[in-house]
Amino acid sequence: MVFRSILFADSEQGQQAEANPVPACFSDLQLERIIESITTPKEDYRLRPFFYTPLRDLDLIAYRHEVMRDLEKPEVFALLDQFSKHMRTMHRYREQAQKLYYRYQQERWWLDAIDQYCQALVTLTQGLKQLPIESRGLQAFLSYLQDYLTSPAFLALQQETEALKEALAQVHYCLHIKGDAVTVRLYAGEEDYSADIEATFARFKQGAVKDYSVRLIDWQEMNHVEAQILERVARLYPSVFAQLDDYCLRYQRYLDETIARFEREIQFYLAYLEYLATFRRRGLPFCYPQLSLEEKASAAEDCFDLALADLLLREGGQVVTNSFALAGQERVLIVTGPNQGGKTTFARAVGQLYYLASLGCPVPARSARLFLPDRIFTHFEREEQIENLRGKLEDDLVRLRTILKQATPASLIILNEIFTSTTLQDALFLSQQILRRLLALDVLGVWVTFLDELASYSQQTVSMVAEVDPGDPARRTFRVLRRPADGLAYALALAQKYRLTSACLKERLPA
Amino acid sequence: MKVHLLYRDRDLDVTQPLPRHAADLIQDLELETVLNAMARGDRFVFETARRVILSSLVSDLETVRYRQAVLEDCLRQPALIRTLYQLTIEAQESERKASFIFFKDPSLILMRSVQILELLFAVLRKLRAIADEQAETFCSEGLRELCAMLQRELSDDYLARIEEHLRELHFRDGVLLSARLGQGNKGRDYTLRRAAAPQGPWFSRLLSRGKRAPGYTFRIPERDEAGARALSELRNRGLNLVANALARSTEHILSFFALLRRELAFYVGCLNLAEELAGRKLPLCFPTVAPAEEQRRTFEGLYDPALALTQRTAIVANDGHADGKRLILITGANRGGKSTFLRSLGLAQLLLQSGMFVPARAFHASLCNGLFTHFRRREDATLKSGKLDEELNRMSAIVDDIRPHALLLLNESFAATNEREGSELAHQIITALVAHGVTVCYVTHLATLARRFAQEHRPEMLFLRAERLADGRRTFRLVEGEPEETGYARDLYARVFASDLEIEAKPG
Repeated sequence: MVFRSILFADSEQGQQAEANPVPACFSDLQLERIIESITTPKEDYRLRPFFYTPLRDLDLIAYRHEVMRDLEKPEVFALLDQFSKHMRTMHRYREQAQKLYYRYQQERWWLDAIDQYCQALVTLTQGLKQLPIESRGLQAFLSYLQDYLTSPAFLALQQETEALKEALAQVHYCLHIKGDAVTVRLYAGEEDYSADIEATFARFKQGAVKDYSVRLIDWQEMNHVEAQILERVARLYPSVFAQLDDYCLRYQRYLDETIARFEREIQFYLAYLEYLATFRRRGLPFCYPQLSLEEKASAAEDCFDLALADLLLREGGQVVTNSFALAGQERVLIVTGPNQGGKTTFARAVGQLYYLASLGCPVPARSARLFLPDRIFTHFEREEQIENLRGKLEDDLVRLRTILKQATPASLIILNEIFTSTTLQDALFLSQQILRRLLALDVLGVWVTFLDELASYSQQTVSMVAEVDPGDPARRTFRVLRRPADGLAYALALAQKYRLTSACLKERLPA
Repeated sequence: MKVHLLYRDRDLDVTQPLPRHAADLIQDLELETVLNAMARGDRFVFETARRVILSSLVSDLETVRYRQAVLEDCLRQPALIRTLYQLTIEAQESERKASFIFFKDPSLILMRSVQILELLFAVLRKLRAIADEQAETFCSEGLRELCAMLQRELSDDYLARIEEHLRELHFRDGVLLSARLGQGNKGRDYTLRRAAAPQGPWFSRLLSRGKRAPGYTFRIPERDEAGARALSELRNRGLNLVANALARSTEHILSFFALLRRELAFYVGCLNLAEELAGRKLPLCFPTVAPAEEQRRTFEGLYDPALALTQRTAIVANDGHADGKRLILITGANRGGKSTFLRSLGLAQLLLQSGMFVPARAFHASLCNGLFTHFRRREDATLKSGKLDEELNRMSAIVDDIRPHALLLLNESFAATNEREGSELAHQIITALVAHGVTVCYVTHLATLARRFAQEHRPEMLFLRAERLADGRRTFRLVEGEPEETGYARDLYARVFASDLEIEAKPG
């Protein structure tokens, strides 16, 4: 197989992805935040378009799963991460060389850039050869690399770079500064004075003190005094600097195009896995979903809202996971329960699950078997638009109508607290009408509502309830469970809450 | 150079966080009043005393006795201790006398450090002189060891070597640096070198100059300001390390003085407090300290120094025998001296743990392994949680931190709910704490609870009551005695509301 792209079937498909806009469901599902967290550390690679491009091609998704699984092996990940770092350094060095003014300085940056490039490729190739690579994508890329590295042109480049670096490392000189006179000469073994001072005063050491060493800014540029010194150093070492001139002249173009594209596209995987790692460290599960274009029944175990989990982990909070299943003819999850009980979070988690699956990524759940939707529609209550109630209800209905028109039986629709701006009776009537239409269309759906009646509407609806901790009604468990809708209330048991009953104290204070 | 006046083997660590209940202790025991008397307006003494006392909540016999010995020395020669304290302040002033610090210029940092070091070494010489004179007059290990250390570390020989360095650091013959080529062929690893001292008579020096490695010299033209700046920047790269080493040494020496000042400040605070209380003709004694396991707590003439320092009237003192007692239950009339007693017990324990004298004629007590207070808060500023909720929350935090042999002082805890509930909660909690090995001292009005404990009356329980004379007057003293059923609040109420009640009682 000839290597073209690590993300797409061919390079044109990759080209098309560049222009994709942000999908409409991003804001409601808080995918915007998730993708921002993923891509921000790698801003330079412009990864967002890749995340704006859901797939409906099971083979390409499998191609990505394979690469992702390879990268899940820590050694493989580390290797490609290191490769990326090398390459980023190389780009930086190239830019430096082009920006700077003095010739010997430019030339040295160019040398270092090429050195980084060679090292990056050699390390990557050697590493990949030794590691258990199973994906079609990485295998093809490895064979591409092997051909490239054994070419005579690359071998010569590598050898000359090494020789030149070594020669420059040997340069060691002295400056004597007195008044306005500077003398440059070879170093002759004079003793280190700072060390002497430090030893003399050592007995006064009292723990850690401030560091008074001044962070003298290392400008990448040279000033004319440094340039004059360098010029005299070059006179102390004439042959080394002649060699450097010649080298730079000959190696102006050295960067390979396929390798450059790979460098960018592989970041899609690295960025996603890096993002995952923070959650996994805290024990949150991810899995490769089993996907289908025909079977609508879906199920997931222990899924969670990634955007919220991100926030919670930062604040040291606990993330609650939830499970759901739509079996047989079941199509719509109706979510009810107390306020602040985790209903919206649950709806988002389900939406994120389907979307991330369509990117060919592992999803936030212990296990997942999902239908691959053609589109995801969302309609979430927007708090900031309450000024005109009649307008709002109308707006709700207009938007729902648009969604119902665009949706196909293969779509996923997520509704959150709609019709809150009207009477209970009206809301119930409207909701039942909408639900009837959804079920007739046979779409998959999640509907967060305060209307218990919807939960038992038909065989196609599944009732999910946000639970409250029986021991402490003040605390929400954020668990959403499959059970008939109800409205539970719980008594306060304060001592129990603070674990100050006899029984609790026996555990906390062993005699 | 170590000070070790507070601990035999270490200096006071001011970075150590104080226990999280420290703020409660300060508030509940009115510790600030005592600290203010120790400070006499010296904020530094205040802060130091606060830290030493609050970091001694868990202490050990050895440290307590070590400090007691140092403090006895101090009480014998208060003037000398105050002189030493002044010297440490003088040393710290030297920093202000030196030129303004400009953190971005190594050669200025260097110059300034040399200035300060010259001043500091003058003070160090004075300190040496005092150590030479006074070493023999001290009895405590702490002060004797401090003198010995000064004599050892600041030998004449060493002081002379320092002076020579300080002279050389003016660099009158220019600066010699070595370097290598770094990234982009810019110089790196600038290292200050000491030029080999030229040997032999002047003519051979002249000859050997020609044989040196080839060198190329250039000059910065007089008008080239940017060039001059660039050159001084290079020079600075060479001086950076040595300037840092010197500035750090300066800071080390300053922090030695800071440390010495801090540890002396504690004892200066003790001297101040002793003078304040002596001026009010109040007794002080060094306590006899027993290990935590021995459960000792016996005292005579124990009074509350916080009250004594703010009030000019006669101070009530209490005697008590609570050896082997794990639960001291204090009941009786309102405003009968119960809270004052609880505070005096807590403060005495705090001072004891810190190695200080205590406000009593005699005091024999075990060390405790942590001291906690849970006082009823009259108003709860945060209305977020209910009162009982807040109390339980605080209690739960104490339970998290408390260990066997800790001392817990409770003042009207669990009064935020009705009596039956409060008593039940309190009984469950206190029983568990006592079983865990905690000593609990509880001022309470919860009659149901008091009755229940009185019925159990186990040997480790001690019942104290606010004394009331036959005519109903309070003595503000506590006497041994089981709780009485009648509440005293009634007569207080009767007195305060006397006129209102009369009017209400009048028929028609």
